[in-house]
Amino acid sequence: MRKLLFESLFRRPFTELPPLPDDAAVTELAGAVGRAARRRLGRSLSIREIDAGSCNGCELEIHALNNAYYDVERFGLKFVASPRHADVLMVTGPVTKNMREALERTYHATPNPKWVVAVGDCGRDGGCFAGSYAVVGGVAGVIPVDLHIPGCPPTPTAMLRGLLALLERVDSNAVTP
Amino acid sequence: MPSLIDLMLEGRGVAHHGPWPRAVVDVSVWHFAASEIAHGRWSLLGLWGEPSAVHMAIMDALTAEIAVVSLDCPDRVYPSVGLHHPPALRLERSIRDLFGLTAEGLPDPRPWLDHDQWGVRFPLGDRIDAPPKAAPYRFLAAEGHGMHQIAVGPVHAGIIEPGHFRFTASGETVVRLEQRLGYTHKGIEGLMSGASLERAATLAGRVSGDSTVAYAYAFSRAAEAALQLVVPDRAVWLRALLAELERLANHLGDIGAICNDASFSLMHAHCSVLRESVLRASHSAFGHRLLRDVIVPGGVTRDISEEGTEAIQTVLDNIRLRFPALIELYDNTASLQDRTVDTGILTPALARQYAAGGTIGRASGRSFDARRALAYPPYDSLRFEVPVLNEGDVNARVWIRVREVEQSLALIDQILSRLPQGPLGTHAAHRREAREGMAIVEGFRGDVLVWLRLRDGLIERCHLRDPSWFQWPLLEAVIENNIVADFPLCNKSFNCSYSGQDL
Repeated sequence: MRKLLFESLFRRPFTELPPLPDDAAVTELAGAVGRAARRRLGRSLSIREIDAGSCNGCELEIHALNNAYYDVERFGLKFVASPRHADVLMVTGPVTKNMREALERTYHATPNPKWVVAVGDCGRDGGCFAGSYAVVGGVAGVIPVDLHIPGCPPTPTAMLRGLLALLERVDSNAVTP
Repeated sequence: MPSLIDLMLEGRGVAHHGPWPRAVVDVSVWHFAASEIAHGRWSLLGLWGEPSAVHMAIMDALTAEIAVVSLDCPDRVYPSVGLHHPPALRLERSIRDLFGLTAEGLPDPRPWLDHDQWGVRFPLGDRIDAPPKAAPYRFLAAEGHGMHQIAVGPVHAGIIEPGHFRFTASGETVVRLEQRLGYTHKGIEGLMSGASLERAATLAGRVSGDSTVAYAYAFSRAAEAALQLVVPDRAVWLRALLAELERLANHLGDIGAICNDASFSLMHAHCSVLRESVLRASHSAFGHRLLRDVIVPGGVTRDISEEGTEAIQTVLDNIRLRFPALIELYDNTASLQDRTVDTGILTPALARQYAAGGTIGRASGRSFDARRALAYPPYDSLRFEVPVLNEGDVNARVWIRVREVEQSLALIDQILSRLPQGPLGTHAAHRREAREGMAIVEGFRGDVLVWLRLRDGLIERCHLRDPSWFQWPLLEAVIENNIVADFPLCNKSFNCSYSGQDL
């Protein structure tokens, strides 16, 4: 372990690798999210993720936001374990009827001010699951949504871009939920 | 001991069912099959319903012979398999919820997928309106001095899928764990009925996001078996490449995540980097990080370019360089081993009884791997080993994943160097009559089974069985007498799918 840790003292961090076009976008976006988040919320924005019946694809990519390449925590964006600690709810899935009540209760457990981001194509309108007897079809059918991030699943870069858009909107409206 | 072929001869064979036979049997043969399974002579691969019939897929573990037996149930009842063979319990509860068919003698008649929220009952059978008031769900009792209950979920603390766990603990020790799943039930099998092949393939790829390749692969193979389509060689090989990339990414992620649940985040950080590198290579080779919608009935939708091949090879080289140091770190960190060794032991007998697939089965002495046992192409001409351990603890499940990462690296090398040239797909001729097909594909989590019937170019019925059906119940057994704090560790070492089993 000491050897691994020692090596990483000298190795360049993954976040500063010579950027491919995609990596450059990440770095740029991530910087913007950081500035806006600091202006609005001091130095932090706490995110609580809720799976409202997704296929788990969106969760995999939200996980990726925490890896060394995207490392959202360096900008004060962090995922928290309880809705009571959260500023933002990131909701995935078409909202199954079996998850509707749990989603509502989680929303009500989150203190104001709060924002809701619906992640993925099925979070918008049910996506390919729309019309099933078992789904509500979209997060906005259950709780108010501030932003949709499309994709199946959206890439981590797209999610960073989405969080930025949310912060811009939050900044331009002094009065928010 | 009669063979599966003898069993088939007892029934009325169904035409146009491939590649394995299906026969409609009477109640006595159904009973006989259930009893052979209960006595461990055959393995239960799946059990699913239709509006007035039930089907059971069976495998002879010694010969890898597979067959489907079906029972017509015009009176909406059939003899319970779960009564003799517990792995069938949740399947029979689901058949009741979806089709309204009752398993006679079923020891646990509580609903499973139906949480009284759909507004209808028996959505895939003869629908009736749901009663206005939801009945409370009764958890199984655990009684004794000083017991307390811990309720967890459906919304969990991490970024994971929803489900409910009800622990009964005595002090720190878990006396009983009961799972309640079904929260992510989307009605996918309902959406499948009447869908075109194209739409159904899209849906199949969204049953479980981490196994999108495995599901699209199994669905496509089932459709091809029904339509007797011959897939071009290049597509056959590209499919295996996609499947191994998916396995590699998931195993790397899981190895790190298991260590993370033992609070050893260094492994997690390094494994996440390797996982991300595989996803990026997948994106540059096939245009999607999770490789979604690449496999379709008839072939694949995308070819791999020179740059794509190079991107994958670079990633393989990097993993070969970095991964051994991580294995060494895992193996030489006593505090980490203290958490994983002897924790959450699954006995080989239980793994065999439940026909548990994937790393869970192979860490507990069950060597089944569909790539080897069923040897579907191109795996019949690839060299690889199927690692098996007998300890059955968290540590064994980590090691199976480590060994499978190494095998996947070797497989990808072979595939890239031997990739044949040629077309990427073939089109299905239109068939009016009913045709049925079944396929079993080894995903990273275990064997994914898909059965379908096509009629006039549309899906009439499609059943998709996740490996998790036979793994989730074992987690309940494994956690017994372990401490509550070791549950995340056990759970992550299983890594069952919620969406895959809820469907």
